[in-house]
Amino acid sequence: MIVATSLRKAFGKLRAVDDITFSVSPGECFGILGPNGAGKTTTIRMLFGFTPKSAGRLQLFGLDIDQHLRQVKARIGVCPQENNLDPDLSVRQNLEMYARYFDIPPPLARRRADQLLSFIALEHRQNARIGELSGGMLRRLVLARALINEPELLILDEPTTGLDPQSRHQLWNRVEALKARGLTVLLTTHYMDEAARLCDRLMIVDQGKILVEGTPLQLIHDHVGAEIIEVASPNADLRAFVDRSGTPYEDLGHRLIIYASGGAEYYHTLSREFCQSGCMLRPATLEDVFLRLTGRELRE
Amino acid sequence: MNRRPVSPRLPTRRLLRVWQRNWLVYRQTWLISFLPPLLEPCFYLLAFGIGLAQMVGPVISSAGTISYTAFIAPALVAINIMQSAFFETTYASFVRMYYQKTFAAMLATPLTLEEIITGEILWGATKAVIGSALMLIVISCFGLFHFPSALLLLPAALLGGLAFACAGMVFTAIVPAIETFNLPVFLFITPMFLFSGTFFPLDNLPAWAQFVAQLLPLTHVVELCRAAGLGHPLPATAPALAYLTLWCLILFPLALIAMRRRLIH
Repeated sequence: MIVATSLRKAFGKLRAVDDITFSVSPGECFGILGPNGAGKTTTIRMLFGFTPKSAGRLQLFGLDIDQHLRQVKARIGVCPQENNLDPDLSVRQNLEMYARYFDIPPPLARRRADQLLSFIALEHRQNARIGELSGGMLRRLVLARALINEPELLILDEPTTGLDPQSRHQLWNRVEALKARGLTVLLTTHYMDEAARLCDRLMIVDQGKILVEGTPLQLIHDHVGAEIIEVASPNADLRAFVDRSGTPYEDLGHRLIIYASGGAEYYHTLSREFCQSGCMLRPATLEDVFLRLTGRELRE
Repeated sequence: MNRRPVSPRLPTRRLLRVWQRNWLVYRQTWLISFLPPLLEPCFYLLAFGIGLAQMVGPVISSAGTISYTAFIAPALVAINIMQSAFFETTYASFVRMYYQKTFAAMLATPLTLEEIITGEILWGATKAVIGSALMLIVISCFGLFHFPSALLLLPAALLGGLAFACAGMVFTAIVPAIETFNLPVFLFITPMFLFSGTFFPLDNLPAWAQFVAQLLPLTHVVELCRAAGLGHPLPATAPALAYLTLWCLILFPLALIAMRRRLIH
């Protein structure tokens, strides 16, 4: 579906995307995760030609993007980070006019708009202006608009940033429904729960380079283990014990994150001997992998 | 850094989709959009035709002697051509490009940047033609136009509209913010409005000012409109036609290049 080989984007001296190679298979949901400025959006924008690549090879649907940009764009649906819906048009007109940009004939555009309005549950607001919609409705409409050309590849750039929990789940349900129909999805996100729920496979990028790649479970297993012990306000004895045991951990000062792949027994010893309270054993998540690999300092 | 072309550069008929989008929006507000070209000539003709014409008397020029009102009537159409096209591809296009991100949304479809920009320019020219058609009707009611030659105002509006739409788009590609448009409006549009043979014959100006006026596009649009509206012999408009065609041939590619530099990184 997507084959990117040594893909690079340079802005002056800065390499926003630094020779990355990855591929996405048909029917797969592939995630690109990374801190702010890691090159996620730049990578995605190169895929639909919005940003021309500086070097490397990019093939979509077996077509080289340099020679076949228009054909490639006709088969992609893009859900951009910012809602660039057309405020001069109504909800329905946004879908039908967008269909015309793809040269879809008006009767078919109308039929697809009907289907999509029902898919995103916005039939009752079809004549509303864009400015009258809530944040969740806007995101659903952007998703519907990205589907108007019945794409083979759906690109979602931070689809749920800034949404309330209900709207996020609404959107996830719809993306899952699309996945079930066999649509290939490429997703960037800041939310690890989102990535863990939607992605079959993902890569974590930082400073334009790929740090790791794999399935969410495999990444958790390989980089942090199955379980984590978190200790709030650790005392000196506990630190000494953890040090002696040779178990990898991270010291945040007021908090220890212990990558205790050994699990239950280690935790029992720890909590019996050193912890009165504030010790917690929990399953490791993608967020642990992400923070361990990209660090905890702010990226702004 | 190698920068290979990543999109077909020459616009195709798909640019009409961009035009259609603007046409769809325009139709929804046609009542408001129709008012300025209908009312403006009435205001000007009343103010200048009744108020001023009595003081200035008939206009005597190389083409003959006509009433002052008949002299300015075609110029009003020319001014409308300049303003509708220029303001469409400056303020209106800038709002779509910068605030509404309409161009960015279109770029995710098979449309190319060149098609988007060409569609916008064509739309700017279309607004000039619509405005001219409305003014043609109004001014004809005052009996100030010569028919059928006045119908040539419409193709003149298309050419003049394209010229000013291209110029506007070049500014849109280079201004940092919407307020910056005050500069070309003040330094380019307003002087042309006054000094392009609109409200008095160019012969009244000193020689150097006449020369400068010949460099301005509105002078040539006024020339075309006056020839069409008053039924002057057409061969005399050849220099104006040539000037405006050349203007478009230079500024249209310039607008495309400047827009690509602004938007594609």
